[in-house]
Amino acid sequence: MRRPEKMIPSVDNQRIVITGVGLTAPGAANLTDFRANLLAGISGVTTIDLRYMGTHPAGICTFAETRYRKKRENSRGTRAGCIGVYCANEALNDAAIDFSEYDRAATGVYIGLTEHGTVETENEVYNIGQYHNDVNYWTHHHNPRTVLNNPAGEITMNLGITGPHYAIGAACAAGNAALIQGVQMLRLGEVELALCGGISECVGSFGIFASFRSQGALAEHPDPTRASRPFDRDRNGIVISEGGCVFTLERLDRALAREAKIYGEITGYAINSDAKDFVLPYGPRQRQCMEQALRRADLRPSDITIVNTHATGTKQGDIEECNAIRDTFADCPQTRINNTKSSIGHAMGAAGVLELAGNLPSFTDHLVHPTINLEHLDPECALPGLVAGSPQQLERVDAILNNSFGMLGINSVVIVERFVAK
Amino acid sequence: MTRDEIKDVILEIIEDIDEEADFANLDAEAPLRDQLDLDSMDFLDIVMELRKRYKLQIPEEEYPQLASLASCVNYLEPKLKDV
Repeated sequence: MRRPEKMIPSVDNQRIVITGVGLTAPGAANLTDFRANLLAGISGVTTIDLRYMGTHPAGICTFAETRYRKKRENSRGTRAGCIGVYCANEALNDAAIDFSEYDRAATGVYIGLTEHGTVETENEVYNIGQYHNDVNYWTHHHNPRTVLNNPAGEITMNLGITGPHYAIGAACAAGNAALIQGVQMLRLGEVELALCGGISECVGSFGIFASFRSQGALAEHPDPTRASRPFDRDRNGIVISEGGCVFTLERLDRALAREAKIYGEITGYAINSDAKDFVLPYGPRQRQCMEQALRRADLRPSDITIVNTHATGTKQGDIEECNAIRDTFADCPQTRINNTKSSIGHAMGAAGVLELAGNLPSFTDHLVHPTINLEHLDPECALPGLVAGSPQQLERVDAILNNSFGMLGINSVVIVERFVAK
Repeated sequence: MTRDEIKDVILEIIEDIDEEADFANLDAEAPLRDQLDLDSMDFLDIVMELRKRYKLQIPEEEYPQLASLASCVNYLEPKLKDV
């Protein structure tokens, strides 16, 4: 096979490793609990009773909201900011970084968002509706809450980080895109430490639920824990979730020098565009994206141990991705395929990074977490290596390929390999 | 409302903004912002809450009259006399 574009730098200051994980997901507020739920096949999905919408399945996060900042700051900021501050602090603690070894001015915060400001805007429109739409009652907090850098900015204010911070807007590919941004900035020498991840607060928006419903893509099931069912013949749409995940990324030489725990090395990535449709995904371009990431990582498809799918539980989306995977991994009987959204729903901007985080422990426990809620496999989604129902034990996990796709035809792929000193 | 009731309302609004606000040694004549952990956005929260509760439209040029607890009471007393 053609293997140009070798991108893996062999020099340790160009190799980028993940050294800390902070997260909150439906059903778990740290990686240990999250992994345990995924392996046990426990769904974190419950329901939400939303203005104008009634009750729907949704993924809600419960975490220590005032562990790292006061209630007062949470009420001034946004839910996304609150999630971000929690995840960033948890990631730094996990990485044992206290800024004695890194300069806050050389630390970058890159946060992926599917959207931001929808929740806050809906709330204010509702609020002034209580006052005959008198805009004198529109909050002065609206603009600082809705600027796109809000969640990343709230993280910098909380931690005193004075390096760059901004949002990466890439629909539901945003988590991966932020991770890629962090890798690039570290390799360019723009920053020494990158806090990268994705956040979603979208369960607070009736409009996001209503839009998916109007599109015929909002999941319904009498039992919310069974509503998110990618690849199932009876799947009927997306379960909307909130959540967040922030990684600490470092250059390998610096990580080794401080004897950091290393979760894995980001060796390949790609982002491309379908250039076709507002909402419909396009498998052939997804395949090109996976192939580009593989070339950059200098890997063959058969080198990938786990493909973590993007599949959200929509009819067409799941089929397109399965076709792309079937083509890309045609001769890879050892490659396993799983899906994390079946357990936590679709955490939008946080999806890519949360799903990657949920699979990182595979490098050490050698288990592939299962796709759940797969009762009647859709023949069009039948992939040879699909792990469903219960986890699969392997001898070794070498590489994880994480897919994350979004509206307007944005595709992203990140490849993380088990860390091996070279 | 009496002067005492107005004072209680102001303190209650501040407490809603910052539940850790400590009023024990508050000097009613001194600026609130010098004594409590309040910034300009918090101050606007107080103005907004008065608007919501009592339909008070306080013009921006009169904001300085809300600087201390005592000046708040003086300023609001005639406006809230029928509440």
